[in-house]
Amino acid sequence: MNYFLEIFLGGLTRGSIYALIALGYTMVYGIIELINFAHGEIYMIGAFTALIVASVLTLLGFNTLSVFILALVLAVIYSCCYAFTMEKIAYKPLRQAPRLSALISAIGMSLFLQNYVLLAQTSDFLPFPRLIPDFDFMEPYAHIITTQEAVILITTAIFMTILTIFIKFTRMGKAMRATSQDKVMAALTGIDVNRVISFTFIVGAAAAAVGGVLIASHIGMINFYIGFIAGIKAFVAAVLGGIGSIPGAVLGSFVLGWTESFCTGYVSSDYEDVFAFLFLVLILIFRPAGILGRSESNKV
Amino acid sequence: MLKISDVKTYYGNIQALKGINVEIAQGEIITLIGANGAGKTTTLMSVSGIVPPRSGDIFFEGNPITGLKPHEIVELGICQVPEGRHIFPYLTVLENLDMGAFLRKDADGVRQDRDYVFSLFPILANRRHQAGGTLSGGEQQMLAISRALMARPRLLLMDEPSLGLAPLIVRQIFGIIKKINEESRTTIFLVEQNANLALKIAHRGYVMENGRITQTDTAADLLNNEDVRKAYLGV
Repeated sequence: MNYFLEIFLGGLTRGSIYALIALGYTMVYGIIELINFAHGEIYMIGAFTALIVASVLTLLGFNTLSVFILALVLAVIYSCCYAFTMEKIAYKPLRQAPRLSALISAIGMSLFLQNYVLLAQTSDFLPFPRLIPDFDFMEPYAHIITTQEAVILITTAIFMTILTIFIKFTRMGKAMRATSQDKVMAALTGIDVNRVISFTFIVGAAAAAVGGVLIASHIGMINFYIGFIAGIKAFVAAVLGGIGSIPGAVLGSFVLGWTESFCTGYVSSDYEDVFAFLFLVLILIFRPAGILGRSESNKV
Repeated sequence: MLKISDVKTYYGNIQALKGINVEIAQGEIITLIGANGAGKTTTLMSVSGIVPPRSGDIFFEGNPITGLKPHEIVELGICQVPEGRHIFPYLTVLENLDMGAFLRKDADGVRQDRDYVFSLFPILANRRHQAGGTLSGGEQQMLAISRALMARPRLLLMDEPSLGLAPLIVRQIFGIIKKINEESRTTIFLVEQNANLALKIAHRGYVMENGRITQTDTAADLLNNEDVRKAYLGV
């Protein structure tokens, strides 16, 4: 039973990280129908920023908790700046262009950022410090869930709750929902659509950066390529749940996390990707729009 | 109030408006009639800034609004009820109305206006928690008009409010349009294919063909005009 619980919570942790990244995919898709392939790179840049900040602050003698918080905050801010700039440079000029152009631009942006980090840093894996200390009171439960995992779960839960409240009740949240449903009409009700789009990129980047810092600290090493792998997985999760839908992305991420984790736990870790993608294909056969996706049908 | 002066609008290389001139005075109902593809919708979209004109000028209350962003134009008091209604399908009726009042800060006034539109269209009050996409065509048109009214527009642009609706509903909606104009002195620029109905409630009319204004006159004279009767009234 403990083994099952351990695997279950492990899958939940994985799912949380996927969910934090998948949010950016699904929100951006919901608003401008673009698969932002460079989104994984934002996550990677978040992790690198945290690494640099943490290294400097540790040298300066800050304590662990303040290093963690400052690294997280700065990683979020830095990633948001990247996402904001990226949208302005690579996507905004292509707003009226065919959708394929923006997609190619996204792939280009992804390769550019990967190689930029490769040249600016190194191609080797870099050790990432453990930013989250092991708390003593977690000791008795360590065989089921580590402090790292618990922090990941709690941070994700807090982030999701704030986001849900934000989208449901605030002015900007309503503007985002309206824009995702009908861009022209949103503009005709007085919404500054470009601002909503920028904002969406920023929220997505913030979530991805949080995910990047948490997972890097959990796994303990990073390189320029982590964004690509995590990005693809999160993208799969978003599609699985129904791209464009926020609850869908979260659900899809947990389903993917559990699939991988149970496969690793009961079959073999060699097969985790096989099962994950098999599951994706199966779900898409029976629900082409994803688990919570809605098929487009407009009333005339 | 609104002056469209020699406006030329393009979609890519295709010229949709070939230099049109329209003038609307405060408190008027002006109708723009014409066949499919004449450029009526483009005219409204140019005024709203969704498809900005390539040349020419649009003035609202004497100030040029050409080149402003759509949301800036809404802020000035120009609201549009677009063709096909464009209801936010997954927002409730109430949320759709709130979106209409997006730029307003006076919560009390918004509440009053909500009651006002519910008095115009009582059916919407019954459906207030229903998703917009589940309403019937007629109800969606009522919601689209109500949503625009929530912004307290000074100039209301309406694109084909009769499209695809049953005659009884069309009559009801046109009655309301006249009422809005008379009660709150809202200026209305009404684009219609149903020329007969539009000319009956309008003060003046413009006839559009292939991106040009070909005739303009009082609504009564246009109704009696031999060419207009043949081309658009089917008599």
